[in-house]
Amino acid sequence: MKRGMIDFWVGLFALAGIAALLFLALKVSSQGSLPAGSSYQLIANFENIGGLKVRAPIKSAGVVVGRVSSITLDPERYVAKVTMDMDSRYHFSRDSSAEILTSGLLGEQYIGITSGADEKVLSAGNTFKITSSAIVLEQLISRFLFSQADQEKEAQ
Amino acid sequence: MNFLVESISRFGRPLTNSLIKLGFACRFLLAILRHSATALLRPHLTLREIWFAGVLSVLIITVSGLFVGMVLALQGYDTLQRFGASSSLGILVALSLVRELGPVVAGLLFASRAGSAITAEIGLMKTTEQLAAMEMMAVNPIARVVAPRFWGGVISMPLLAAIFSAMGILGGYLIGVQLLGLDAGSFWSQMQGAVDFRLDVMNGVIKSVFFGVAVALIAVFEGYDAPPTAEGISSATTRTVVTSALTILALDFILTAFMFRGV
Amino acid sequence: MPLIDFQNVSFAYGDTPILRDVSLQIEAGQLVAIMGGSGSGKTTLLKLIGGQIRAQSGKVCVAGQDVGALGERELYQLRRKLGMLFQFGALFTDLSVFDNVAFPLRERTKLPESMIRDLVLMKLQAVGLRGAAQQMPQELSGGMARRVALARAIALDPQVMLYDEPFTGLDPISLATVGQLIRELNDALGTASIVVTHDVAESLAIVDYVYFLADGQIVAQGTPAQIRASEHPFVQQFINARPDGPLPFHKPAPAYADDLRLA
Repeated sequence: MKRGMIDFWVGLFALAGIAALLFLALKVSSQGSLPAGSSYQLIANFENIGGLKVRAPIKSAGVVVGRVSSITLDPERYVAKVTMDMDSRYHFSRDSSAEILTSGLLGEQYIGITSGADEKVLSAGNTFKITSSAIVLEQLISRFLFSQADQEKEAQ
Repeated sequence: MNFLVESISRFGRPLTNSLIKLGFACRFLLAILRHSATALLRPHLTLREIWFAGVLSVLIITVSGLFVGMVLALQGYDTLQRFGASSSLGILVALSLVRELGPVVAGLLFASRAGSAITAEIGLMKTTEQLAAMEMMAVNPIARVVAPRFWGGVISMPLLAAIFSAMGILGGYLIGVQLLGLDAGSFWSQMQGAVDFRLDVMNGVIKSVFFGVAVALIAVFEGYDAPPTAEGISSATTRTVVTSALTILALDFILTAFMFRGV
Repeated sequence: MPLIDFQNVSFAYGDTPILRDVSLQIEAGQLVAIMGGSGSGKTTLLKLIGGQIRAQSGKVCVAGQDVGALGERELYQLRRKLGMLFQFGALFTDLSVFDNVAFPLRERTKLPESMIRDLVLMKLQAVGLRGAAQQMPQELSGGMARRVALARAIALDPQVMLYDEPFTGLDPISLATVGQLIRELNDALGTASIVVTHDVAESLAIVDYVYFLADGQIVAQGTPAQIRASEHPFVQQFINARPDGPLPFHKPAPAYADDLRLA
């Protein structure tokens, strides 16, 4: 094997490897976490986050506008403090509301943002004033059963 | 009393022997790193080894990747459609290949295709006194023979793993979209939505780099350490494949535990 | 001052003594044979000169330097002055004949490629194999491979030449050719040469002086004429190839009758 031929084949091999990586990068995967510098952080407190996970998407009108970056418990008020990395292209008015929703009946949970009417927008580090917690299915069912029982009692 | 000492030493000996070997391998890795300047300053030495270890493994990697992806798609489709989730087939194929099967199966194939060849080559060079001759010509065989093969393996492995994953996903596409009639658009977009570049793809690449270092080190070490006989070389080649396979699986478990915990 | 100077050298592998209190001197231009049965410590002698092993007591001086006291770098410097022909040539099987001979020049000098080409062709011409420059070592006969290895060993014009069993496995014609070459190269280069061998007839025909080694000690020495006339029982056994003598046919064992339980 001549040295030139070896160089040629190794070059081709490297090219194939890089092409495979590019394919994995561009066609197979997406940049989930926003690159540093093009995002700002917002905070929302929820009474119950249900099954919300770090990296869950944040959507407004169905469009992904950010990701959950951390979830902690506020030790004074005993509420979940959710920090979100928001795409810096999008801004929301100060009276926007954040709620935890579920995609499909049993799908993954995400945060939905409904914009308000205020002209001032939320800036980095601000907190959503209006939030609504995750719907916990078990609570829903037990509430339904209890109300059924109450109705039956009243009927008697 | 004597019996007690004897039985303890009988059970202890394999353990001490393998510890001695592990220590020697670590020292060997340091020696390779210390003598790597030649391999990197004269790139054609390393290029030649990339050709041997990498280019010649492309065919087996491509074919295996394609088939693994196609089988994954067939099996995954069968299970997913019971839950009415057959549109998630792309996610299943891509995630299992990129995170696990790509690096691991490519690593195992690489160990048996290229690792064993490296061991046999170095072992034979030792048996025929080529390494001793080099040393007498004042050329360090670790710098001239071992280090280029080590780096050739380390560089080839991630590229091969990426090719394996890409071919596997292509195989999954062929089965899922062309054969089973899933919608091509949702196949790709669902996949893209669920696979994260940094967390899934890059972690897979990092894994394959670790496996490359492990397999290349085991291969050159077993070759260099092989007793200079026909039997010595054949058992060294076997040891390369077995040790590499076990090391890859153990490393994979450790790395997975670090990378994907709680996500 | 002798180029090679052994002063009361002893060497042992673990508890097994290989060389005991060996002293010998070799001048420039001298061609010396070391003879002895297998396992008499001949090859160990060569390894001591090359610094691959170190004497436990006594001093090995090569070109005025104490080999046992040198660091790795100085040892590599010293080895530039040594040329060694290995038992079966130890040619690099992945390089052509030309590249084999060019190897020490490329690795150890910074000569331009055109000059290396001329030097290699000169060395190959000296061993009569300029016509085989583009062949691979596998395509050569045993005798030709040995001559190529010789050309490689003299590539850097060494002051000391070491020959490890240069006649093993050669047909009579190749054997005489290699023997002649060893003598001619020694006279042309003015090296101090050591031929380790058990081929009595060929070596007595070409060398200036002979040492007989048995059980790690020098038991007889002299010029070929003195050796042929020697009455020494060991020398007699060796040059007449008798199975029994000072080197016993039987390995030491309990009395035969006792072993068979006849007594």
